[in-house]
Amino acid sequence: MKFLWFHLMPYRELPDDFRDKHPSVWVDIHSALFDPRRAHHMYNEFLDELEHAAACGFDAICCNEHHSNGYGLMPSPNLIATALARRTTDTAICVLGNSLALYNPPTRVAEEFAMIDCISGGRLIAGFPVGTPMDTTFAYGSNPSLLRDRYYEAHDLVLRAWTEKDTFAFNGRFNQQRYVNIWPRPIQEPHPPIWIPGAGSVETWRWAAEMDYVFCYLSYYGYKMAQSVMKGFWEEMARLGKDRNPYRAGFAQVVGVAESRQQALDLYTRPAEYFYGRCLHVDPRFASPPGYVTEATQRAGIESQVKMAAEGKSQSGPSANAPSAQKMQSLARDMKGIVDNGYVVVGSPDEVVEQLRELATTLNVGQLMLLMQFGNMSTDVVKYNTRLFAEKVMPKLRPLFSEWENRWWPRPMEREERASLPAFTPAASAAE
Amino acid sequence: MSEPAVSTIDVNGFATRVWRKGTGPRLGFLAGYGGLPRWVPFLDRLAQSRTVIVPSLPGFPGGDRGHTVLDSHLDWVLAARDVIDKAGLAGADLVGSSIGGSFAAEVAAIWPDKVARLALIAPFGLFDARDPATDPWAQKQDDIAGLMTAQPDTYKKLKEMPPGANSIEWPIEQTRAAEAAARIFWPLGNTRLERRLPLIKAPTLILWGEHDRLLPRSYARTIAEAITAPTEVRIIAGAGHLAELDKPEETAAAILGFMG
Repeated sequence: MKFLWFHLMPYRELPDDFRDKHPSVWVDIHSALFDPRRAHHMYNEFLDELEHAAACGFDAICCNEHHSNGYGLMPSPNLIATALARRTTDTAICVLGNSLALYNPPTRVAEEFAMIDCISGGRLIAGFPVGTPMDTTFAYGSNPSLLRDRYYEAHDLVLRAWTEKDTFAFNGRFNQQRYVNIWPRPIQEPHPPIWIPGAGSVETWRWAAEMDYVFCYLSYYGYKMAQSVMKGFWEEMARLGKDRNPYRAGFAQVVGVAESRQQALDLYTRPAEYFYGRCLHVDPRFASPPGYVTEATQRAGIESQVKMAAEGKSQSGPSANAPSAQKMQSLARDMKGIVDNGYVVVGSPDEVVEQLRELATTLNVGQLMLLMQFGNMSTDVVKYNTRLFAEKVMPKLRPLFSEWENRWWPRPMEREERASLPAFTPAASAAE
Repeated sequence: MSEPAVSTIDVNGFATRVWRKGTGPRLGFLAGYGGLPRWVPFLDRLAQSRTVIVPSLPGFPGGDRGHTVLDSHLDWVLAARDVIDKAGLAGADLVGSSIGGSFAAEVAAIWPDKVARLALIAPFGLFDARDPATDPWAQKQDDIAGLMTAQPDTYKKLKEMPPGANSIEWPIEQTRAAEAAARIFWPLGNTRLERRLPLIKAPTLILWGEHDRLLPRSYARTIAEAITAPTEVRIIAGAGHLAELDKPEETAAAILGFMG
């Protein structure tokens, strides 16, 4: 089993009355709430936390891309990944990822990922999300009706840019370049492993399977609510004749571990309530720009509602087919609801081990992404959570799925071939 | 209110609906935001003295998934011309509302022979940062009707699923109409139509709903000033963005009066 430590980089000082006074954490969140001098400390502590996770022995550290977002301060995850590449040695660096359709030309992604792969000695995992509606269509003004076609085309362009040896012309529907020839080029052959964050879209599952990529379900709502999505994913894999290799799938889970369950609740209630209460407070008018959800996925969603209604069942929890901001409208915001609904895994090390074992086996997921900083959690608590997990939880789960080969993991240069990173010594008065 | 005759034309390989009703000189209508999932009283009023011909635009109700092959504004304008020609509207009087108004103006500007007299009801295509249009796509589902018509029930009735309709395909078709509009006009509704308005040769009536919450009334003046052919601006009292739905009688009377 692989353990990936995932940071969203939330702004930690949204006011207590944020939900009452402000319509949205995303898209039109007010600039007055952002203090760049406080953000200076946050960014540096966030980077410390990621480096700490690497030092504790996590297999990978992860960052992702959001725009105009109070809970995601990484418009450019590649900047963060580069900083991490210089401060870590063996940990994989997972960028989940670059929203391909937003880059013009998309070869920019091929170039920057190649740079990170070179700097890190081949430790990059390349994530290619479509991107949320808030990020892509509203914050970046990308056309929702063209977004997916642009995404697929940009993917094809990046892949060719990485793999073709000679300069070529790309004659696409949306992108035309006479000379595609990226310098630098990635270390990993034929290219870094590609992971696709997504949700309940059958089309995405099929495409990931066809391309032999990892599918990552980045839910904030815990593994109990993810059962139907991952069941659908594995049924689709079976239909396509793919094996049940658990490393085909990734899942994100919010986790808080402490010496005892009570201590965990004491430590993690405030950050969890901050995360679900303030960070996931998104104006519903940004939920569903027309065209973002494909007609096939709309159809599947309506059919499943009709089926459930006919069977007299009601939907438990947010529908996987619903866009992310729509799901956020019906969330539990208090710790009891957060825990009872299973959004967060909290408890003593043994309790966390048991819950994550259940997660891994029921979802059949081998690439486990852990959100161990959430909400306004202080950096001390983040480091405590991370170290305790690494010492008491990780070793017990590590042997899971050892019978399977993880074909989707970076293949870096041999350690002795890689550049040694000198210990950081601040140059005296360099900035003065 | 009796139903119109229905025929289909081929637009880029997609079967596209054309409604036809009434007698007298031809009068075309290109529908607005949301399209026309059903026949409406406004068209009946026009059909009392004109042969009303109503082709669907690609992606709007009756237009199948025709929007999916249109990537650029040029693609859209050529599709609109194709629709006008194949529906038998070349050289006729033309009315366009909202989304359809934008294409009526484009066709009249680029191919002046296609349009005799022109009526535009609050057409898309402009954006003025000093008087910005509302974002129709960043709306709660419940708020769209109130944005489109002064009386929200008017738009809701237009979009209500009729008995016997396919309960899965009907809502998808309505979302498709919003997507088709987004495909042309995302994110600001600005196709720089202003630059082509001076090419219009047809006498043009510009109608605007008094309570249009989507497109500012100041755009009526901008449009009238840009068109060098004779223009007339009329405000429809009590109407919202889709004035023909809120005030079918008054809107139709203004158009018929202008068309002569």
